Amino acid sequence: MKWTAKVALAAALLAAPLASAEAQKTLRFVPHSDLKILDPIWTTAYITRNHGYMVYDTLFAMDANGDFKPQMVDKYDVSADKLTYTLTLRNGLTWHDGAPVTSEDCAASIKRWAAKDSLGQKMMSFVSGIETPDAKTIVIKLKEPTGLVISGLGKPSSNVPFMMPKRVAETDPNKQIEDFTGSGPFVFKKDEWQPGSKIVYTKFDKYVPRSEPASAFAGGKVVKVDRVEWRPIRDHQQSVNALLSGEIDYIEAPPHDLHTLVKADKNVYMFNWNPLGNQFTFRFNVLHKPFDNPKVRQALLYAFNQEDFLKAVIGNAENYKLCKAMFICGSPLETTAGMDDKLESNFKKARDLLKEAGYDGTTIVLMHSTDLQVLTNLAPVAKSLMEKVGLKVDMQSMDWQTLVARRAKKDAPDKGGWHAFLTSWVSADLLNPVMMGFLNSGCEKAMFGWPCDPEIEKLRNEFAKATDLGKQKEIVASIQKRVVEYPTHVHLGQWYNQGALRNNVTGVVAAPAPVLWNIEVK
Amino acid sequence: MVGYILRRLLAAVPVMGIVAVLVFLMLRLTPSDPAAIIAGDFANDQQIAEIRTKLGLDRPIVTQFVIWIGGMLQGDFGESFFYKKQVAALIAERLEPTLSLSLLAIVLTVCIAVPLGTLAAYKQGSWIDRIVMGFSVVGFSVPVFVVGYLLIYVLAVRLDWFPVQGYQYLRDGFGGWLHRLVLPALTLSIVFVALIARMTRTSVLEVLHEDYIRTARAKGQSELKVLVRHALANAAVPILTVIGLTFATLIGGVVVTESVYTLPGLGLLTVDAVLARDYPTIQAVILLFSLAYVIVNLLVDVAYTVFDPRIRY
Repeated sequence: MKWTAKVALAAALLAAPLASAEAQKTLRFVPHSDLKILDPIWTTAYITRNHGYMVYDTLFAMDANGDFKPQMVDKYDVSADKLTYTLTLRNGLTWHDGAPVTSEDCAASIKRWAAKDSLGQKMMSFVSGIETPDAKTIVIKLKEPTGLVISGLGKPSSNVPFMMPKRVAETDPNKQIEDFTGSGPFVFKKDEWQPGSKIVYTKFDKYVPRSEPASAFAGGKVVKVDRVEWRPIRDHQQSVNALLSGEIDYIEAPPHDLHTLVKADKNVYMFNWNPLGNQFTFRFNVLHKPFDNPKVRQALLYAFNQEDFLKAVIGNAENYKLCKAMFICGSPLETTAGMDDKLESNFKKARDLLKEAGYDGTTIVLMHSTDLQVLTNLAPVAKSLMEKVGLKVDMQSMDWQTLVARRAKKDAPDKGGWHAFLTSWVSADLLNPVMMGFLNSGCEKAMFGWPCDPEIEKLRNEFAKATDLGKQKEIVASIQKRVVEYPTHVHLGQWYNQGALRNNVTGVVAAPAPVLWNIEVK
Repeated sequence: MVGYILRRLLAAVPVMGIVAVLVFLMLRLTPSDPAAIIAGDFANDQQIAEIRTKLGLDRPIVTQFVIWIGGMLQGDFGESFFYKKQVAALIAERLEPTLSLSLLAIVLTVCIAVPLGTLAAYKQGSWIDRIVMGFSVVGFSVPVFVVGYLLIYVLAVRLDWFPVQGYQYLRDGFGGWLHRLVLPALTLSIVFVALIARMTRTSVLEVLHEDYIRTARAKGQSELKVLVRHALANAAVPILTVIGLTFATLIGGVVVTESVYTLPGLGLLTVDAVLARDYPTIQAVILLFSLAYVIVNLLVDVAYTVFDPRIRY
């Protein structure tokens, strides 16, 4: 026997126990990052939201068309005056510990979620009380009508209003939960959790899926594997190597520069599980000169064009879309109102606006994130376009977490503060003006950047009160027009990050977050 | 000897104290804010401030230091900001992969480097010598991650002999443990093999010209015995010194290797903690690494007496 054959035989013998251990129906999935925090209400981190979709269920859920459908709810009724919502829970809903899901559990869960989430807080500002007349009925009473009840309870992205047992939901919202009992399609195996390397879920046998076919987060969540293992792999090249060699089944989002490598292998395929994609954005800090002047900010709406950014980061046009709609192309509230002549790199118009604004040559501190592949190339493109219209730019490079810490500072840009940075949002977070965080123009209450515009706030409030889609569309168009006058941020196009799967993995449900029900491993 | 060890251990106390102060200050003086990271993308100023208060980060630096050191002296390393677990428990969970990787890498290093270096010295100027020295230059010139990727591509992706990534705990079987660890340990050891082989060659060459080697040969001892019992044993002290000194580099290598191979050890924990600005975890892990460094150096000093009876403490 040749020595190579001997080594191979020895390796095969050593690997034998592994092979038998993994022979069960297990889906091995590489998430976009490691799971550190397990409370999807306490944090807005997408990885924790995705964990939430495994373990917990929601009262309502968004389907593939962007409509909100009952999920844990069997049927619901809205009173004629639109002030009372009566929700009835489905039969057979059970917590992972075997106890039945009750209306009291759900009421407590809604309250905890609403204490943390901005959409929840807005929704609760309309609520006069939540009653639980019996174990299966939840009655939400309003002070005045709002369109936020169903869309709020079906909110698709962080923070998602996941339902938890009452004893868990009564945890202080500012404290992390320690009991991970849910009623979702998978059970979290805390005893098998290896922080940093493995997160394990098993099929919840008592889960009763809806009878409708799965559609995004709505419909029947039918689990077709016994076990799911999340295996966070930091090194993207290594995750692709592991996929190609069959050690894992599904990578949530391999970086775009590795797509060619994945597509070259006939045993794997790529799938865009998030048709709404993501949106790049440029964020202003309006506290400091020159961005305290809306005209200077307007100049950037003219100076920028989306294609330069998308080409520099994503490259392949299959994976991006030019989209002038702030509220996402393909969503129910899509509109290009006010945007027709913007984002076309009209440098002359931009220079004219800067002149009109009296721009005095103040250097703009642009924060440049260097360690996240999808963000790295954005700031250099922005700098180049800004300089073309005569703005002075000091691009300061740093890792993302340093940027996160610095963006919270209101100090002057030359004293540790900032003027602008670029980031990316999951489109599901941008589907309406209440959810879109960067649109909050409540001055001190707004997110970093601190825009302050009563008009935008008034329109956002009107949106919250609107109960029909036609009226909502009208308001959204008005908001977008107002944002053109008072820019809070600039949206720089939609992009998609496809998943990579082995051929034996089928049935992936397209949704704004990676969901693992309905998947078969053959 | 016992007195010497005690004196060395006592001397380690101020060293650890200085490391503690430096690590603490470096973390607090760098522009980062764990509260802003934890709060996430949607947080406003008030939410970030609440988290900062909860974590005690709004207190004066001196107060924070006193609380931390006070806890450390009582064996309380604090709680991880992110995992919400005691740091001591977190470290305990991650110790096995790192110890396994380090020990296997050292065993591989010594088993490969010392014979290679000795052989190169014995065959000085021959093609064997040139190959070993050529390998040495390449070995410590190529970064660990490049070696790692090459080994993975050839041995895991192309030949399918080893898994690409991941770790199996010893409790789940020795075979699987070894199978998953060979490639990372080989990756990590290559640089040390290169360094120690070169050092061994130099040390053995020096003693090969000594009178006692000639005497041993004159007495009719076999070349193997001359090399192992007389040449290598007398050349051991500098080799041991290099093995001790390379321990610091090994720690750096562990961090990179664990990241490349996704081994859930202290290296990966360090990377995660640094990226997340998880202060209690970073502080504890760096102190632990420093302590390990001090202990390894002490062990090396003690080992000198085994190989060279002239050395007395």
